[in-house]
Amino acid sequence: MEYFVQQLVNGLTLGSIYGLIAIGYTMVYGIIGMVNFAHGDIFMLGGFAALIVYLVLVGLFGGIPIALALFIMIIVAMVMTGLWNWVIEKMAYRPLRGSFRLAPLITAIGMSIALSNFIQVTQGPRNKPIPSMVSSVYEVLGISISLKQIIIVVVTAVLLTIFWYIVNHTPLGRAQRATEQDRKMAALLGIDVDKTISITFIMGAALAAVAGTMYLMYYGVIVFTDGFTPGVKAFTAAVLGGIGSLPGAVLGGLMIGLIESLWSAYFTIDYKDVATFSILAIVLIFKPSGILGRPEVEKV
Amino acid sequence: MANITNTPESAGSNLMARALREAFYAGLVALGLFVLFVGLKTDQNILNELILVQRWGLLAIFVVIAAVGRFLSVAYIRPFLARQKVTNAVTGLLPDSVATRFFRVPIVVVAAVIAILLIFAGNAIAAALPAVLVPWVTMIRALAIIYVLAFGFFYFRVYIAAHFNTLAIIALIFYPPVMVYFFGYQGSLKYVDNFGIQILIYVMLAWGLNIVVGLAGLLDLGYVAFYAVGAYSYALLSSYFGLSFWVLLPMAGIFAALWGIILGFPVLRLKGDYLAIVTLAFGEIIRLVLINWTAVTKGTFGISGIAKASVFGIWSFDVSATNNFAKVFGLPMSSAYYKIFLFYLILALCLLTAFVTIRLRRMPIGRAWEALREDEIACRSLGINTVTTKLTAFATGAMFGGFAGSFFAVRQGFVSPESFVFLESAIILAIVVLGGMGSLVGIAVAATVMIGGTELLREMTILKQIFGPDFTPELYRMLIFGLAMIIVMVWKPRGFVGTREPTAFLRERKSVSGSFTKEGHG
Repeated sequence: MEYFVQQLVNGLTLGSIYGLIAIGYTMVYGIIGMVNFAHGDIFMLGGFAALIVYLVLVGLFGGIPIALALFIMIIVAMVMTGLWNWVIEKMAYRPLRGSFRLAPLITAIGMSIALSNFIQVTQGPRNKPIPSMVSSVYEVLGISISLKQIIIVVVTAVLLTIFWYIVNHTPLGRAQRATEQDRKMAALLGIDVDKTISITFIMGAALAAVAGTMYLMYYGVIVFTDGFTPGVKAFTAAVLGGIGSLPGAVLGGLMIGLIESLWSAYFTIDYKDVATFSILAIVLIFKPSGILGRPEVEKV
Repeated sequence: MANITNTPESAGSNLMARALREAFYAGLVALGLFVLFVGLKTDQNILNELILVQRWGLLAIFVVIAAVGRFLSVAYIRPFLARQKVTNAVTGLLPDSVATRFFRVPIVVVAAVIAILLIFAGNAIAAALPAVLVPWVTMIRALAIIYVLAFGFFYFRVYIAAHFNTLAIIALIFYPPVMVYFFGYQGSLKYVDNFGIQILIYVMLAWGLNIVVGLAGLLDLGYVAFYAVGAYSYALLSSYFGLSFWVLLPMAGIFAALWGIILGFPVLRLKGDYLAIVTLAFGEIIRLVLINWTAVTKGTFGISGIAKASVFGIWSFDVSATNNFAKVFGLPMSSAYYKIFLFYLILALCLLTAFVTIRLRRMPIGRAWEALREDEIACRSLGINTVTTKLTAFATGAMFGGFAGSFFAVRQGFVSPESFVFLESAIILAIVVLGGMGSLVGIAVAATVMIGGTELLREMTILKQIFGPDFTPELYRMLIFGLAMIIVMVWKPRGFVGTREPTAFLRERKSVSGSFTKEGHG
């Protein structure tokens, strides 16, 4: 039982990271109907930004309190990756907005290749390990919960609350929802659609940057290829939960995290990704629009 | 109101002011983008700790390039492009296109003279010059030759466009002998193998995927799985049972087609992006199984020592065999014969793919695929069985992937899961889309440009001259590939060939512009 709960905690931590990335996928898909394949690499970029900021901070002020360092890392990573995604959207995706469905997808795949290779060229191909930043572990009822896990879950919960509030209760969120429903009508009613879409990309990137920082803190290592696997899993999470649905993305992320950790705990760790992808396929076969997704009604 | 009385001069200075302002912003954004990733580099010191190396000079170069590029684009390139669209008030004609300005007869004469001079006297000139200048001589020679050839293509463009298929096939058939003639057996290896075979493999894969994506409109992100199935069925069956290539080639195709049906069956109900993610997942599952099922596949070590193909069992390319090709014909031993044989083999496989695709498009099943792509509901209402239509598309596409896979195994002599990553699927899909989806010629052109272009980068010794001896152009291959994908897509969203001859037509055959149809072709 304790073992099971322990795995549940691990899965929840992992799932929070996936959920944060998945929101970026699902929002961009909801608003312009495009699979932003480069989002995983945006996450990796966020992790690298956090890593470099951490090294700068340690270099400048040796004994900086870890909480403050983490806070600065998150903020800078959010700003940096937000800027990146803003530029990417403006230069690579916006010219293709009216184009046929595959064009932005191919551009996004190209962007994903370009971003990971950009980091490989500028930062080198090797693993980048950092010493453990947070190492306290608490024992609760025989279950060991590390401070890292608490931080990840709490940060995720706080961000999701803020995010949920923005989407549901602010003029910006209203503009986003309107653009999502009908872009042309939203534009006619005076919403700056381009700006709304840009902000959506920036928000998605900022959440991915937080996920990147958390990933770096949790595993203590990052490498330029790290965008791919978490990116694909987060995309899987978004699809599993029903792409376009925000609660679905979080639910999907948590499910993927739980499946992964439980499978690794009770079966073989080698096939954990196979299990994740198989469950995705099975869920989609029986519920083709994801768990919380609205089924698309086709009109003739 | 003041804007109405703009004189040309004030418009010009406005433009300059705007260009400067935008250049400043571009520089600022570039500074923001690159300050962490280019300005600082994480590196390991002797204690294996991460340290930061500062590279502010490089960062400055990035920022200046962004600013200058933006300035030139706003101040010169955009007004130039705008002027190209305005007719001359006196003659009523559009200005000369960029291509006709670029390809002028006097320039081509000069280029031809330089090319001929450097081809025949290049070695003597190179010997007389200091070693630093030698790569420059090579580069000038290459540029002159390319310019003359491009002029030829441009001058005869109407004829070439009309007879493209015949000309291309003739050129490909004579490609290996010409390369052997110019570079000798050993020197031709690079051109036949690295360029010829490499590009043709991708052409074949892209034509295979084109059946699934271009014709049937099913977005498949896991095509590389079938490539892997083909490669591993050849590798495993030939090393465990000693079967020959000619037996296993059709078997690999059948296995891959079977897998196409097995993987296609569960995803029949899925559409668009859901289909994309599930096919991607299947591609990853197959790769992960290949990695982890070590008892059979030897995991990440891969399978090596795969038997070579023979010329229908008549002549072998094994050095020890009595019917060795070179021994039979009394030729000097060289690995080039095998490569040339492989070149013709993959060329034949490509032509088979093209032939089958063209014929299938005219058959009921091909029309059903294209109908399915344009409108699934209409398709079903008209009584087309969408299940079999989709499954045959998956199976046919997978079969060609399987053929290409077994060819890949026989060419490399070694297969490992490393060769079947998602990136390969992405590259193949990119070639299909960049080629204009559904257009065989466009796809072949896209494969040549994208694969040949990145292979060419390996040959650029000139870059070492500019950026110093530590510079390895190979590192930048995929970076440039990714950027090229973006640039081509933004520049030509419909791919290289945006129009296509329709298969079904009423009275007369009219080419339809890609922009009128749903998925980008007529």
